[in-house]
Amino acid sequence: MNMKKRWISLYVENQIGVLAKISGLFSGKSYNLDSLTVGETEDTSVSRMTIGLTCDDITFEQIKKQLNRSIEVIKVMDFTDIPIHKKEILFIKINSCSDKDREEIFRIVNAFELKVTDYSKKSVLVECVQTEMKNNDMIALFNRIFPNRIEVVRGGSVAVEAISSAER
Amino acid sequence: MIKGTDLFVKALKEEGVDILFGYPGGQAIDLFDSLYDQDDIEVILPRHEQALIHAADGYARSTGKVGVCLVTSGPGATNLVTGIATANYDSVPLVCFTGQVPLGLMGNDAFQEVDIVGITRSICKYAVTVRKREDLGRIIKEAFYIARTGRPGPVVIDLPKDIQQAMGSAEYPKEVAIRSYKPNESVHIGQIKKAAGILKKAKKPLFLVGGGVNISGANEQMTKLAEQTGVPVITTIMGKGAVPSSHSLYMGNIGIHGSYAANHAVSECDVLFSIGTRFNDRITGKISEFAPHATIIHIDIDSASISKNIVVDVPIVADAKLAIEALLEHTTKLSVEPWVKQVTQWKEQYPINMERYEGLTPEKVIRYINEHFENPIVTTDVGQNQLWTTQYLEIESNRQLLTSGGLGTMGYGFPAAVGAKLGNPERDVIAISGDGGMQMNIQELATAVALELPLTLVVFNNGYLGNVRQWQEMFFNKRYSSTCLTYRKSCERDCMNKDKCCPKYTPDFVKLAESYDAYGIRVMKEEDIEKAFAYAKEHKNAPTLIEFIIEREANVSPMVPGGKPLYDMIMDC
Repeated sequence: MNMKKRWISLYVENQIGVLAKISGLFSGKSYNLDSLTVGETEDTSVSRMTIGLTCDDITFEQIKKQLNRSIEVIKVMDFTDIPIHKKEILFIKINSCSDKDREEIFRIVNAFELKVTDYSKKSVLVECVQTEMKNNDMIALFNRIFPNRIEVVRGGSVAVEAISSAER
Repeated sequence: MIKGTDLFVKALKEEGVDILFGYPGGQAIDLFDSLYDQDDIEVILPRHEQALIHAADGYARSTGKVGVCLVTSGPGATNLVTGIATANYDSVPLVCFTGQVPLGLMGNDAFQEVDIVGITRSICKYAVTVRKREDLGRIIKEAFYIARTGRPGPVVIDLPKDIQQAMGSAEYPKEVAIRSYKPNESVHIGQIKKAAGILKKAKKPLFLVGGGVNISGANEQMTKLAEQTGVPVITTIMGKGAVPSSHSLYMGNIGIHGSYAANHAVSECDVLFSIGTRFNDRITGKISEFAPHATIIHIDIDSASISKNIVVDVPIVADAKLAIEALLEHTTKLSVEPWVKQVTQWKEQYPINMERYEGLTPEKVIRYINEHFENPIVTTDVGQNQLWTTQYLEIESNRQLLTSGGLGTMGYGFPAAVGAKLGNPERDVIAISGDGGMQMNIQELATAVALELPLTLVVFNNGYLGNVRQWQEMFFNKRYSSTCLTYRKSCERDCMNKDKCCPKYTPDFVKLAESYDAYGIRVMKEEDIEKAFAYAKEHKNAPTLIEFIIEREANVSPMVPGGKPLYDMIMDC
């Protein structure tokens, strides 16, 4: 079956309903969608989506074709096996912290080059801008050390083609 | 500066629209008002919006032009939904205008407000709400272009009332430029040569032809290709007519009710050359045993149809006509006589017929049509009537058989015939349906009478929803759950008694037709078939409904049971 993680970068018309069209395509055809981010590009009439999904080769080919045939889709790019830069923003809020907890959090933040964005006596807000996989690891780490005390919000990955490695 | 509604009318005229299927309402009243002052576009008023869109669909399929619908917001729009999905599956070009509440009220749950663009997003080619008056002309232009190009399909344009009323530019664009939509207009000659090379080496090649060949109007080319190569042809239901059904190289329909010859040919062929088909589950049977020995070549205009259900060896994304024309230049006669002889022998040895039933049968009625009508347009409903028609009807070309193949929409046949007759006033149009489907859009008798359309409506009445009943007979131990149409509450629960005296059938179709000022005649015996059609032909000013009382439990044969490979057929159901 060759199930694996795939990435698609999509140029779409920046119009009402296009996000619903794309997400509806995934739900309507039972394609598995892991994450989807969308935002305007340098041309405000165009939006760009980064879609992460897990599926087999045949389904992935079909997904790309289905996206391509959607009238509002300008371009479909397969980012799965090409050099790209990909990052996801992740907020982890740790609650009910003791002083010792806070010290531990600051040590982790230093070790992994994260950032403390906000804190109070009892809570710390950590910001991670990493790959999706590393963010998964961070969530697992904080969850292990501070079980049932963390609150997680993640933004989904955004990706762009690499410059230097693409030119080699 | 002109009103939005006037630009709407101007746009339709520039697109060459001569017939519009419309049903008015509060949010469409301005549009209808603008249509009132002109004579170029005839406005047809069906009696239900679902029938309206099927009529537009029948018009579009039979003429090759874009069908145009205009309905009001809310229920007017939602009543189109089944017809939009029907057209989408069968690649029918439609532009559907829906009235909408004013922009300022949208989202407020206003009276007769629905999000029709949201509702239809997954069942149409494109759907859009016009939000600025200055976009109106461009959007209509794009809609017609999108509907008829590439793989055709339905487009929905939602028109808020204030956009309709707003003054703005009178200009209707001449050109279309959609950066995100570039239909394929060429054919990859390298792939054509590769396909031709594979075909040349084949010992048992077979053309499998789908609706795409009929839509692209490649019938002559397809026939020529079959003759030039000497390769036999089978079709899907939608592809029927791609080559004349009387052609010696035509071996019948493939599929779960396909012919023995077609199903066995596909199971034994070594090269399956398929053009314009989606490999729907109704034609493949068990996927893993579909064309097990074949190298598969697939031409389709929609790349998403290629390797969706069946993984193919040589994909060619192209319009069927362009591709076949290219193939004609790269193919010659193959020496495959033993194979053609074999398939022809199957065809002769195992013809489809209903000889096991005595007296009046659908086969005899359809064969009568074959012999006594010159180039008619035949529409079907869905169920046994559709399967019998696609089995027995002889047709010469495309745009002659209109049937809901993909969605399988009951209630399609009669309104589609209304639309087909409007688009082809000089041709005989026959709608074949069952007693179930006929009642799903029976109100169109009023439309057909009002328009003085001499349609022939063939109703095969067996008192059952026959196709489901057949399945219940074969696979559910004759438990006829909710399929008997003569049922009364006072009936015995399991009325398995052969000599049962069933309640009187309702409605009385003959009286019903007469109540609409149409003509009605009932046929109980084989020898009255001719009389009934003669009666229908006498009447030039209104439709004639012919009710054929057929064997209640007549089945469609042969059949491939669900999940079985195509060659595993029950020959006598």
